[in-house]
Amino acid sequence: MIGADIVLESLKKAGVTTLFGYPGGVVLPLYDRFPYHKEIHHVLVRHEQAAGHAADAYARVSGKLGVALATSGPGATNLVTAIQNAMMDSVPTLFITGNVARNLIGKDGFQEADATGIFMPTVKHNYLVTRAEDLAPTFAEAIYIATSGRPGPVHIDIPKDVFLEDADFNWPKKIKLRGYKINNHVNQDRIIEAANIINASNKPIIFAGHGVIISETTALLSKLSEKADIPVISTLLGIGSLPTSHSRNYGWMGMHGAFHANIAASNADTIIALGMRMDDRALGRFDDLNRNAQIIHIDIDPAEHDKNIKATVPVVGNLSEVLPHLINKVDETNHAEWISWIEKIKADHSQSMSIPDSKNLTVQYVVSQIAKENEENELIVVTGVGQHQMWAAQHMNISKPRQLITSGGLGTMGFEVPAALGAQVANRDAFVWSICGDGGFQMTFQELATIVDEKLPIKFAIINNGYLGMVRQWQELFYKDNLVDVNMSQPDFIKIAEAYGIKGIEVTKKEEVSVAIKEANKINGPVLINFMVESGGNVFPMVPAGAALSETVESAEEL
Amino acid sequence: MKHTVVALVEDKPGVLNRVASLFRRRGYNIDSLAVGTTHEIGVSRMTIVIEGNDNMVDQLEKQLYKLIEVIKVENFTSKNSIMRELALIKVKASSQNRREILEILEVFRAQAIDLSTASLVIQIVAHRDTIDALIENLDRFGILEMVRTGRIAMRRGYTTTTDDEDFNDEDTLRFNSQIGRLTNGNFPFVSD
Ligand SMILES: Cc1ncc(C[n+]2csc(CCOP(=O)(O)OP(=O)(O)O)c2C)c(N)n1
Ligand SMILES: [Mg+2]
Repeated sequence: MIGADIVLESLKKAGVTTLFGYPGGVVLPLYDRFPYHKEIHHVLVRHEQAAGHAADAYARVSGKLGVALATSGPGATNLVTAIQNAMMDSVPTLFITGNVARNLIGKDGFQEADATGIFMPTVKHNYLVTRAEDLAPTFAEAIYIATSGRPGPVHIDIPKDVFLEDADFNWPKKIKLRGYKINNHVNQDRIIEAANIINASNKPIIFAGHGVIISETTALLSKLSEKADIPVISTLLGIGSLPTSHSRNYGWMGMHGAFHANIAASNADTIIALGMRMDDRALGRFDDLNRNAQIIHIDIDPAEHDKNIKATVPVVGNLSEVLPHLINKVDETNHAEWISWIEKIKADHSQSMSIPDSKNLTVQYVVSQIAKENEENELIVVTGVGQHQMWAAQHMNISKPRQLITSGGLGTMGFEVPAALGAQVANRDAFVWSICGDGGFQMTFQELATIVDEKLPIKFAIINNGYLGMVRQWQELFYKDNLVDVNMSQPDFIKIAEAYGIKGIEVTKKEEVSVAIKEANKINGPVLINFMVESGGNVFPMVPAGAALSETVESAEEL
Repeated sequence: MKHTVVALVEDKPGVLNRVASLFRRRGYNIDSLAVGTTHEIGVSRMTIVIEGNDNMVDQLEKQLYKLIEVIKVENFTSKNSIMRELALIKVKASSQNRREILEILEVFRAQAIDLSTASLVIQIVAHRDTIDALIENLDRFGILEMVRTGRIAMRRGYTTTTDDEDFNDEDTLRFNSQIGRLTNGNFPFVSD
C-alpha cells in the first residue's frame, strides 16, 4: 500500500473519524485517497489556523484526539498559533503537514518551510518521516504521545513522495520509547505527608485545574472535598470540574475570578493544587500568593512542581491514580468556621460579580440569559478572548466538565469561531453557543462557510461593544484613559451572516435578548445574533497585572 | 554555582536542536555542551555545564526529561566523578624559550604535539581549572590559537549512568487508558 493509505489506515487504527484540513500540492496524494477511506470524515476549513483550533476544540469536547492537516509552506506556518494554543492548554492533538519531496528538502523549493524546525518548541514532540515504512510506527507513537501523560500536540511532517512510496502497513504491536515513561507509581510517602498536612489544617483549600477535567476525576474531586470538607476554587480552565450547585464550589480564582475565591486562596493555611500549572493569571504575584500556606501540588508533569511556586509536598501522577489514595488517607472532618468565613466574604462582596441592575444592554445580562435559556439543553459554551470571555466564565453557570471551551494559556483571539466548529463536530446534539468578541470574530469568521457546509447549528452571539474591550479596559485603567487603536469600525454583522446564508438577528435592547435566544435555539441551523451591548463596561473583580490575589479590587475607584 | 549535568539521548536527527532550543527558550546559561556517541548503539551522551542555583538545575533536569528523546539525566555536581576537558593551544615558541615552555607543560602534565620554528601546539586533558591555570602560564609567550572541548564527565567506580532501573530497555510502556484519551480504536497499548 502507498504511504497515503498507510497514513489513513493508521488514523483509523487509532479510532480517528474526523480530520480538519486544507489541501495543497504536496498533500494531494493523501487527498487522492480520501474516497477510499470513507470512515474518516474530512472537514474542509477555510484557513489552516481554523483547522488547528477546530481539532483542538474537538479534542476538548470529546476527550479524544483532534487531528488537523495542512499542506507545506504557508499551510504549515498557518498552523503555528493553533499548535501553541493546544500546547499551552495540554490538548491531545495531532498535526499533519505535507512537505516537499525528499530530494528537495533543504533546497528552498516552492512552498518549502522548515515546519519541523518551526514547530519544535511548540509541540510535545514532532517527526519528519522519511520512509513510508516508518509511517505506521510513527503514527502509533505520535498518537500515543499526544494522548497519554500530560496530553499535548504532536506534529508529523511527511514529504510528498513518501505519500506515494510503497510499503507494508506495519502497525506496531508494542512501542518502545525509552525516553517517555508515564509515571503510574504513586509515591505513598508523599501521600501520607500530604494527608498529614491536610488533616492538621484548619483552613484548607483546593485549586482545581484543567487536569481535573482532562483526567476525568471530577467525582474524585467532589469526594475529597466532601470527605475532608475542603472548599474548592478552580482555575479558568478548571471551571466545570464541580457543578455550581455543589456546596463546596466557591467559583474560580485569578485575574477576574471571584473576590472571595482570591481572598480565600490568600488566607488558606493549606493549598491542595490539583492538575494546574501555577499560572500567573490564576495566582497573581507568585511571591505573595500566600506566604503561610503549606502547598500540596499534585500534577502529572513533574516539571510544574517548583517551577513558579515551591511546593511543600509535590506529588507526581495522574489524578485518577493519586486522588483515591489521598481520599483514603484524609480524615472525615468539617471546617465550618473556615467555610463560614468564606461565606461571609462571598456575601459581602458579591456585588462586584453580579449582573448590573441597569437599563442598558450589558454583556453580563446577555451571557447570563444565554445560560438561562439553555438550562434544559446540553449547552457547550465557546468563547473568544477578552471581556466577553471573562464575563461568560463568570455568569454562564458552567457546571460540567468540557462545557466551557476557551483559550486559557495562550489567550487566542479568533478561537471562538473555529473552536465552535470543532466543538459542534464533536457533539452534534449539543447546543453550541459561541460567545464572540466583535474583535475576535473578525479574525476567523471565514469559517462560517465551513459551518454552513457541515450543516452545524452553531449559535454565534457577537458581543458587540465596538471595542477591543479588554484592551480598552487596560488603557482606561492603567494608561490614564489614553485610548489608542481600540475603537474599530464595524462591518454590518447581519449582512455578513446573510452573505453566508445564515440567519442574522440584531439585538439592541434588553427586552429583545431572551426572545432572540429562544428564536435562535428553535432554528435548526446556524444563527448569528449581533448583541449591541453597552461599550463602556469594565470587568471586575480584577487583580491588576503584577499584583497579588490579596490585592483584588472590585471597582476602578480602588485602583 | 556551576553544575555538570549528563543526558543520555536518542541518537536521532534534531535532538541537539531540541536540547539547545530548550536552553535558549527557558533562559538557561550554558557554559559548555559536549556531545558524542556511547558504547550503546543509538544512544548519544551530552555533558552540559550550566551556571545557576540548585532550583534552576532541578528545573533543567525536569525540562530535559520532558523531551521524548531524552532517556536519562544525571546531575554530577555532588557526585564522586571524573571531569575532563581537552584543549589544543598553539603558542609562540622560539628556540630560546621552547625549553621553558616544555617545563611548564611537565608541571601540568600537558604535551607538545606539534612544532614549527616559531610555534608549539600543546594538548592538555585535564579538569577545567588546570587548563585555565596552564593558559595563564602560557599567556606571556603569546597564544596564537586555542580550542577547547566542553567538559565530559563519568562516575568513579563500577556503577554507570545507565545503571538504573529507569534505563531498562525491557521496561514496558504501560498505557493507562485513563490517561490516554483514546476511548475507541484498536491501539497497540494495553492498560494494566
Ligand atoms: C490573536 C490575539 N491578538 C491580540 C490579543 C490581545 N487582546 C486581548 S483581549 C483583546 C481585545 C478583544 O476584543 P474583542 O474580541 O472585541 O473582545 P472584548 O474584549 O471586546 O469582549 C486583545 C486585542 C489576543 N489576545 N489575541
Ligand atoms: Mg469587543
